[in-house]
Amino acid sequence: MNKAFPGLRLEYDPNPPRSRVALVFALAILAALLAASLIFWAYGVSPVRAYATIFEGTLADPNGWATVLRRAIPLLLIGVGLTLAFRGQFFNIGAEGQMAMGAMAGAGVALFVPLPAPLTLPAMFLAGFALGGLYALIAAYLKARVGVNEILTTLMLNYIAYYIVIYLVTGPWRGKSLFGFAFTDSFPPQAVLPMIPGTLVHWPTLILGVVLAVLLQLLLSRTTLGYEIRVVGENPKAAQYAGINIGRTVLLVALLSGGLAGLAGVGEVASIHKKLLDPSNITLGMGFTAIIVAYLTRGNPVLAIFTAFLMAVIFAGGDEMKISLQMPFRVVDVFSGLMLLFLIASEPLANYRLRRGGSDATR
Amino acid sequence: MGQPLLRLHNITKRFPGVVANDGVSLEVFPGEVLALLGENGAGKSTLISILYGLYRPDEGEILLEGRPVRIASPTHALRLGIGLVPQHPMLVNRHTIAENLALGIGNPLFPSQRIVPLIEKMSLAYGLQIDPKAPIHTLSPGQKQRVEIVRSLLRGAKVLILDEPTSVLTPQEAEALFAVMRGLRAAGKSLIFISHKLEEVLAISDRCTVLRRGKVVGSIPTSEASKARLAEMMVGRSVSFDRKRAEPRLGGKLLELSGLKASSSRGLPALRGVNLQLRSGEIIGVAGVAGNGQSELVEVLSGLRKIDGGTATLGGQPLSAGPAQLFAAGVAHIPEDRIHMGTVPSMTVAENLALREYAKPPLARGILSDSSALEANAQAKVREYAVATPSIHTPSRLLSGGNIQKVILARELAGQPKLILAVHPTYGLDVGATEQVHKVLLDKTYEGAGVLLVSEDLDEILQLADSVAVLYHGELKGPFPVGEVTREELGLLMTGSQEAGSGGREARA
Repeated sequence: MNKAFPGLRLEYDPNPPRSRVALVFALAILAALLAASLIFWAYGVSPVRAYATIFEGTLADPNGWATVLRRAIPLLLIGVGLTLAFRGQFFNIGAEGQMAMGAMAGAGVALFVPLPAPLTLPAMFLAGFALGGLYALIAAYLKARVGVNEILTTLMLNYIAYYIVIYLVTGPWRGKSLFGFAFTDSFPPQAVLPMIPGTLVHWPTLILGVVLAVLLQLLLSRTTLGYEIRVVGENPKAAQYAGINIGRTVLLVALLSGGLAGLAGVGEVASIHKKLLDPSNITLGMGFTAIIVAYLTRGNPVLAIFTAFLMAVIFAGGDEMKISLQMPFRVVDVFSGLMLLFLIASEPLANYRLRRGGSDATR
Repeated sequence: MGQPLLRLHNITKRFPGVVANDGVSLEVFPGEVLALLGENGAGKSTLISILYGLYRPDEGEILLEGRPVRIASPTHALRLGIGLVPQHPMLVNRHTIAENLALGIGNPLFPSQRIVPLIEKMSLAYGLQIDPKAPIHTLSPGQKQRVEIVRSLLRGAKVLILDEPTSVLTPQEAEALFAVMRGLRAAGKSLIFISHKLEEVLAISDRCTVLRRGKVVGSIPTSEASKARLAEMMVGRSVSFDRKRAEPRLGGKLLELSGLKASSSRGLPALRGVNLQLRSGEIIGVAGVAGNGQSELVEVLSGLRKIDGGTATLGGQPLSAGPAQLFAAGVAHIPEDRIHMGTVPSMTVAENLALREYAKPPLARGILSDSSALEANAQAKVREYAVATPSIHTPSRLLSGGNIQKVILARELAGQPKLILAVHPTYGLDVGATEQVHKVLLDKTYEGAGVLLVSEDLDEILQLADSVAVLYHGELKGPFPVGEVTREELGLLMTGSQEAGSGGREARA
């Protein structure tokens, strides 16, 4: 291998410039797209046609934009929260469940809590944040207290959340007016978010997401709490040494990231669905897709605004391929899976640069 | 002396921004111990990496027994007869010596069988005193090192490189290693010995080659060398090795430990009733082999570990609070592991300098960090302690060990600490940085601080401390005034073999 490219050598660079990191990420995304095109081709769809369909159905079309934005909203909220969680070394794989719990709390307030009309939506979001956050706290408490691996607990708690919601929509909360369906009744009008006319883009949630992305960025970089989160995340031993309360920091990060996933759940049921239903129809796997959104930000919540948009294009493209090309919607999962694979695999490459001359190919 | 066994001619190795080795030439003859000296960053590690096939030189050639060789990999180096004894042994703890050494050379079935007699033969020939059937975890650091030596010898090494082999050894263990080295020398092997400790270099080597900033500054027979001369060659100016401590200015009682007990992280007793009194302005050295309770003692005093029994008071107040409160009460802690505990390597110098006070004014207003105050704080400290860093926004992991230590000192010793817990404060630092660290600690005692100096380096303790205590198996022996105790006595106490001195010296008024 050393002699494969005479005159060129790889050189280790522990402190890569941002431009190279961005370049490597862009190349990884390109490679993922190429790999996905092999799958389209094997499926009997020309890759060129597949990508053209995605493009025409999303970015080249006003309705497509609406779909992209609609998909971007939950991805943004969850992605921002996960970025914070990952920054504090809390590997929250349970955003699906936290989102479902948030949707449930929002629906509960909408359906059963008599409130003055203008207070209904704020109360729904508050309840969604609280329940999503508390749900993440279960795993965080077990981690902080007895060191249980949060990857496993958050993942498993997803199933519990799913079945709690399924129980409610098929049992006690099942709608009076919709016999035979596993739905609740429709929300009253004061519990439905305004949307951009002719679309399903619930803009208040979108604005909330953008504001929170900026706020959490500021929290991380400009507050003492953000400093603590970064120290705990980067070097827990140093945090301990400096007397930072690691357990409290983990709990807080979990509360925020679960809470944001809960907000995403409220946003979906208070606009698109207007009722509580089977949780898999609410979350659509976005709690997992948002992991990529967060991963791509490299720890900067504000960048989730862009990365959520990118993943939303892929999500909306999946819708489009299902309709226009009769491909299964789950092709989206293949897509995001490939993307994550290539991104993670390429990350160490940013630490190398190619140089002319010399003969060292290894360290 | 005939032909050199190994000869490096004009070796140059460049890295981005630095020339690590600049036209380095040296030679080692059969039956010779060559000491390779130099400060950190002088190019020793690069040179070793080139010899061991980890790097390829940009220019120059390596001659082995007169023939030019290109060393492509560590495996290749071993095949050529060049072996490396690493600073930290790389052995599988649960396996026996024979099983470890069979890795890669034993036969596929029952790999360790054939090797046992070979090891026994070698152990006898060079006085290694190792039992091939012993599991690694039962061995002392010195024995583990000898296993690494056998590993190289089994593969037919003619040149042995020992990379700071004594840094984990007691004086007695180091002496045993030297005996082995003399045996190897008598058998015609060439040894390259790397060390920071000049006494050892003078005791064991035949010739010294000194590197400074990538170049060979000189190569002299050890018989013509002295500590002062070698240090001057390394640093480029004269260095003092006398006892650095002026008359201490002792104040009142500062730290008082009585019957202090604590457990290790695994729940085993680590401190078994430690008694100690430290006065302000005083330096007490705590010697001992790692793992005898030093970490636990420092952790208790810095608020990182809870007290199981007995009492610890600082200026009359019980020491029972978290690390942040104790720091505020005047306990500065220069930790054992400066990279993984003392700093956050991925964060900037400025952020690392704020690790203690980030939440207090002026660095914070309420919950908001004040980034301009953070920068001003960093600028001032970088200047005061002459930290060599490209900028205060450079991640601390890019700094050298000495500069990381300066960042920690600048942060911990800001304000007026009452008690300074300094753990291996100069471990791995070069002569220049060591001098600076020592000076800062001494200055602080003249300002009234008491220092507990925990170090495995007896020379350091004897240079700085007023008295020295030894931790062995969770019990503290001493302290003894440094003038009344010898290195040998301390070495024996460190291994728990007997009481130092004539007894009865333990209690001080």
